[in-house]
Amino acid sequence: MTNQSATKFKDCEWTFEKLEYFDSIISEVACSFGLTTYPNQIEIISSEQMMDAYSSVGMPIGYNHWSYGKKFIQTQQNYHRGQMGLAYEIVINSNPCISYLMEENSMTMQALVIAHACYGHNSFFKNNYLFTTWTDADSIIDYLVFAKKFVSDCEEKYGVDAVENTLDSCHALMNLGVDRYKRPAKISLHEEKNRQDEREAFLQAQVNDLWRTVPKSKHVEECSNKHRFPQQPQENILYFIEKNAPLLKSWQRELVRIVRKVAQYFYPQRQTQVMNEGWATFWHYTIINTLFDEGKVDNSFILEFLHHHTNVVYQPPYNSPYYSGINPYTLGFAMFQDIKRICEDPTDEDKVWFPDIAGSDWLHTLHFACKNFKDESFISQYLSPHLIRELKLFNTVDDDKNNFIEIDAIHNEQGYLKIREALSQQYNLSYLEPNIQIHRVDITGDRSITLRHYGHHNISLGENIDEMLKHLYRLWGFEVILESESEGGKVSEITRCPKAPSPE
Amino acid sequence: MSHFIDRRLNAKNKSSVNRQRFLNRHKEQIKRSIDHVITDRSVTDVSSGENITIPKRDLSEPIFHHANDGQRQRVHPGNDQFQQGDKIERPKQSGGQGAGDGNASDQGEGEDEFTFEISHDEYLDLLFEDLALPNLEAKQNADAQEFKTTRHGFSEVGLPNNINIVRSLKKSISRRIALTGSTKRELTALEEQLAALEQSSGENYQARKSLEAQIQQCKERINRVPFIDDFDLQFNHYARTPVPSSKAVMFCIMDVSGSMDQETKDIAKRFYILLYLFLSRTYQTTEVVYIRHHTQAKEVDEHEFFYSQETGGTVVSSALRLMHKIQQQRYPTSQWNVYAAQASDGDNWNDDTPLCKEVIEQDLLPNTRYFSYIEITKSSHQSMWHCYQKISELYPEFAIKHIKERADIYPIFRELFATS
Repeated sequence: MTNQSATKFKDCEWTFEKLEYFDSIISEVACSFGLTTYPNQIEIISSEQMMDAYSSVGMPIGYNHWSYGKKFIQTQQNYHRGQMGLAYEIVINSNPCISYLMEENSMTMQALVIAHACYGHNSFFKNNYLFTTWTDADSIIDYLVFAKKFVSDCEEKYGVDAVENTLDSCHALMNLGVDRYKRPAKISLHEEKNRQDEREAFLQAQVNDLWRTVPKSKHVEECSNKHRFPQQPQENILYFIEKNAPLLKSWQRELVRIVRKVAQYFYPQRQTQVMNEGWATFWHYTIINTLFDEGKVDNSFILEFLHHHTNVVYQPPYNSPYYSGINPYTLGFAMFQDIKRICEDPTDEDKVWFPDIAGSDWLHTLHFACKNFKDESFISQYLSPHLIRELKLFNTVDDDKNNFIEIDAIHNEQGYLKIREALSQQYNLSYLEPNIQIHRVDITGDRSITLRHYGHHNISLGENIDEMLKHLYRLWGFEVILESESEGGKVSEITRCPKAPSPE
Repeated sequence: MSHFIDRRLNAKNKSSVNRQRFLNRHKEQIKRSIDHVITDRSVTDVSSGENITIPKRDLSEPIFHHANDGQRQRVHPGNDQFQQGDKIERPKQSGGQGAGDGNASDQGEGEDEFTFEISHDEYLDLLFEDLALPNLEAKQNADAQEFKTTRHGFSEVGLPNNINIVRSLKKSISRRIALTGSTKRELTALEEQLAALEQSSGENYQARKSLEAQIQQCKERINRVPFIDDFDLQFNHYARTPVPSSKAVMFCIMDVSGSMDQETKDIAKRFYILLYLFLSRTYQTTEVVYIRHHTQAKEVDEHEFFYSQETGGTVVSSALRLMHKIQQQRYPTSQWNVYAAQASDGDNWNDDTPLCKEVIEQDLLPNTRYFSYIEITKSSHQSMWHCYQKISELYPEFAIKHIKERADIYPIFRELFATS
């Protein structure tokens, strides 16, 4: 290496001067590849602070709740016993984009992390359609500050226990507190504050109106058929509770809303794990290698970098003791690399499978993929036979009617489509989580609420449904019934809360 | 352009509130765990934290999730042997790896307890929650006879070695300015006149003479103002403030006659451990005096106290007298908070019991903060219990309790020291 800058930074310890230098050269390369990002705010933290960041599940500012304390104790235990290492970085979808770097990292690691988080993840947050339509990076920090203050005000006014109970119940239903299809309104702190009082008054009036008259019970049957409420089944249970639960105080409604907003904020991240990590990994790999080609980093740097990179994308085979499912970093990284390969150097097979992208401009194709897909659709669009062979993917079918597991498809000509389909479904959140919707509320009778679980593949609900119904009961205040509708359309009641005194 | 921020010096305990919330929420389970732990902890081990185990079901956060039934598909990497249509046996632990969420495997069954460590302070807090030292408040300052000297402003009288030089000189300067100000003005005026005269030619010897005399007078007047005067002096003032004593002494009195077996001693030992922990949490220094007795009392070290066996009769008053003697000689109540804990199986020589009552009422109780007596026996009470019972009705700082087995210790300890 004759380049001065490469020799200048031989020492592997990082300093702020070096960080700024690397940030500037990484930024240059990223720009040349057309990556657009939010401004970066890079914070150096110690390992203890990293554990704090861990336990608040990626929120830079969180309201207080015991479950975060539990998470912290678990993380601390595991870390101290050496059962897990801490992540090198945590990055937050906000504007400016906040990344936490650990002080223990070497200079090479810091450079990798800057390329990975501050340019990879950051550009994904800024460009992917899920993030741009469902989250508002500009206002999330303000909203979290508002939420923290609101929760602690409530704790002062109504007591820690009352707030904790409500939050417990909301957390339990958190996954069912997102709009899957409807685009949510943007949140902004200013509006939030302005409209809060207004909303309180209005909502209470709405709720009162809804429950105002209780007609005589003999008309109940006809009434409920004519005026079904809600008219359509509701998938966003927390939203429905916030707007319609009869007995909630207005501060409780606001708590429900906070949990719902947080859930909605994280929803895109849960849907783009493979893409997000793959995109960031692809870019740290590409950027650092470009730096090496330009002679800006030396051999020892690139060797250390490759060592870390290889660890990150390692995929243990199915029969390894370390196997715990498909590594999203591996899959995502391999897929983006594969798309690049198809664009630059397509085989005949690729030309058949991907006629539209084979031979096209790889950078353009990659940016298109980053913008317009989520894990599920990304895999079903771009998983190539070449990659299926390379990862030696195979699909298993486990049916509890049989006492064996069947190998449904392997990496051969007949299996490609099946595997692609199955892997895509594996990242489809609506298959992974039970599909439970609010079916009916008996507004003219006993005010009971009925939820319906739409089953598929004969998979039933886990054993803690009674606990769950108790949480729902706490929020709703009246009887909660859970039904199940099988694929054949057969409806049966699973359980209810409070339990019926005695079955006849 | 990126912006770098060094957050390493920020407080790292961002999670401590949440951690505290967690501990509060699971206080019941944690306490149960502590109750269990205290019974097999050794006497010397008072400084470490504690591992707490909570059944996992108590802290689950439920969500709706799929059960492990029905038909599910899953894609795996690294195929090395399978062909399409192969049928393989279902692996034993497949339960945790169903098509549920991606990280199902590390949350699988089998891990049914959640263990974590709490710090020594948290341990003691939980252990002694709701407990308070008896009698502490009432006597807090009333009979404190130890004083500490502290700075208490300034005074005009005092010992020469307490002179505050800066303040004294300040006063001196201001006094001199005040006293000489007008004279100095006069002096300047006269000097100006004199200078004017010297400028002008002509016969003015007389006038000059008188002016010079006046100037001389002024100078003398200024010089007569002393450089430092008695009322310039400022002294540092010190006051004596009473300090509550932060030292405690704990007398452990135990019967080691033949009737006390090792089991009974062990129970007593645990009671002493608790008392020691409890006192050392409140006082800066806690000393322990071990007195064992059969027919005669003797001060011994810890090991001998708990583990040497003697035979013979029992005369309790001998130990009480020895305690009184030691307390008078080495632990004056002006400096020490005296606590006593007596353990016995209830045996005493009958004629001795009235003597005990006398010693306790006249010599010990006026000097002790708290005197607790625990009787460790499974049989019925003897004369000493009845005698002590009478005392305890008269004096609130005297308490007696009956312990039957190990498990009783902690509840009884709590009962003794619980805030009403």
